[in-house]
Amino acid sequence: MPDPAAMLDVAGLRKSFGDIEVLKGIDLAVQAQELVFVIGPSGSGKSTFLRCCNLLEQPSEGSIRVDGVELLDSKTDINKMRQRIGMVFQSFNLYPHMNAAGNIMLALRKVLGKSKAEAREIAEASLARVGLAEKADAYPNELSGGQQQRVAIARAMALEPKIMLFDEPTSALDPELVGSVLTVMRELREAGMTMVVVSHEMRFARDAADRVVFMDDGLIVEQGDPAHIFGAPRHERTRTFLANFQA
Amino acid sequence: MNGLDVFLDAFFNPAVTAKYLPDILWGMVVTVQVALAVVFTGIALGLALAALRSFRLPGVNLLIVFFVDIFRALPPLVVILLVYFGLPNVGISLPSFAVLWVVLSLVLAAFAEEIFWSGILSIRKGQWEAARSTGLTFAQTLGHVILPQAVRMTVPPLTNRTIAITKNTALGAVIGVPEILMQAQTAQSFSGNATPLLLGSLAYIALFVPVVILGRWLETRFAWGRA
Repeated sequence: MPDPAAMLDVAGLRKSFGDIEVLKGIDLAVQAQELVFVIGPSGSGKSTFLRCCNLLEQPSEGSIRVDGVELLDSKTDINKMRQRIGMVFQSFNLYPHMNAAGNIMLALRKVLGKSKAEAREIAEASLARVGLAEKADAYPNELSGGQQQRVAIARAMALEPKIMLFDEPTSALDPELVGSVLTVMRELREAGMTMVVVSHEMRFARDAADRVVFMDDGLIVEQGDPAHIFGAPRHERTRTFLANFQA
Repeated sequence: MNGLDVFLDAFFNPAVTAKYLPDILWGMVVTVQVALAVVFTGIALGLALAALRSFRLPGVNLLIVFFVDIFRALPPLVVILLVYFGLPNVGISLPSFAVLWVVLSLVLAAFAEEIFWSGILSIRKGQWEAARSTGLTFAQTLGHVILPQAVRMTVPPLTNRTIAITKNTALGAVIGVPEILMQAQTAQSFSGNATPLLLGSLAYIALFVPVVILGRWLETRFAWGRA
């Protein structure tokens, strides 16, 4: 059933790589301002699912509506839609030849057509939001992993997206740097950003997520509020998976 | 005359030097002109072809690979002779300077394309994805994110290749381009003395040793800073 009010509405999503079907029919609606956590074992298709939501992967079939617009409609301008869908990657993917401000300004200038001065102003404001106001002129190789990831978040945020996708944003970070990134994500959530997060940060999921989705083998096995998923999972598969995280 | 005098007379004859030095110097000017023209058009064309290749248009890529392989395989001298002495038979006569410039540019373009292309391929997929995820088009991503990094990485191999191909301006001597070697050879046959050839060698050294040093400097400079 399509959900017209949802910020992200995925229906019947399938994706195959050659003969291997990675997504076997995903249905998920994410409401505005909701923070949905997607967990699951590696190979469960959660990253592929996320990457389908801005068409970094082309789905084999199904429907993906973002803010009411069908992405898989051939008339949809995907570059325009991607401005509304921020994405943060596991490996940051900052442009190494540009400083932090330059990383943020590129799309502001080339996609939104802002002037250099205007783009710089927005870039500095976004960097301030992630606590890196003084790093505008630093190059990625001069920043720690945590700082790089916060610049990457600022880069996505600067376009004022309607929804942000996080693909294992803390997996490549040293443990002591994870906190700074989670703090930024928490602040985004408090500011009302709609977020879909693929991550293994279970503690963060438990106290920040509105809903936790457990995926396995290309399907959503179970979903619900964190208390339910972490406290009383209905499915055996969810229980076995979560058992790995009971420290 | 003893042996040393014979040697000095053959290679360091002052009278011959005085007479033909202006010709050799003029040859240096011509060599620099051809070399600069070849470097500019060859690298520009190579970059354009590599950029075009990244769009992965089926027929176009086949043509690019065909062109690149042909011009990397053929000795430049063969192409120069073919164009200079062959094309007039079908009614196209090009001045010798133009033939040398065009042929060497195409050879440099072929090698430069391969170097730029491997540079483009070596940029991690995440760079494309990050740029596209912010709404940049494929062409914008290529121009602003991929090529600046790829070009930077290709400076060392490209410098070496450019020096190697630029030295081939000496091949102009066989079709009468008045560059260094042509001037030296002509002077040698008029004077019956090898001094002009030595002067020619010195002229090449004077031109290319600074380029080689510049190349080494570029290599060390660009070998460092990758994030």
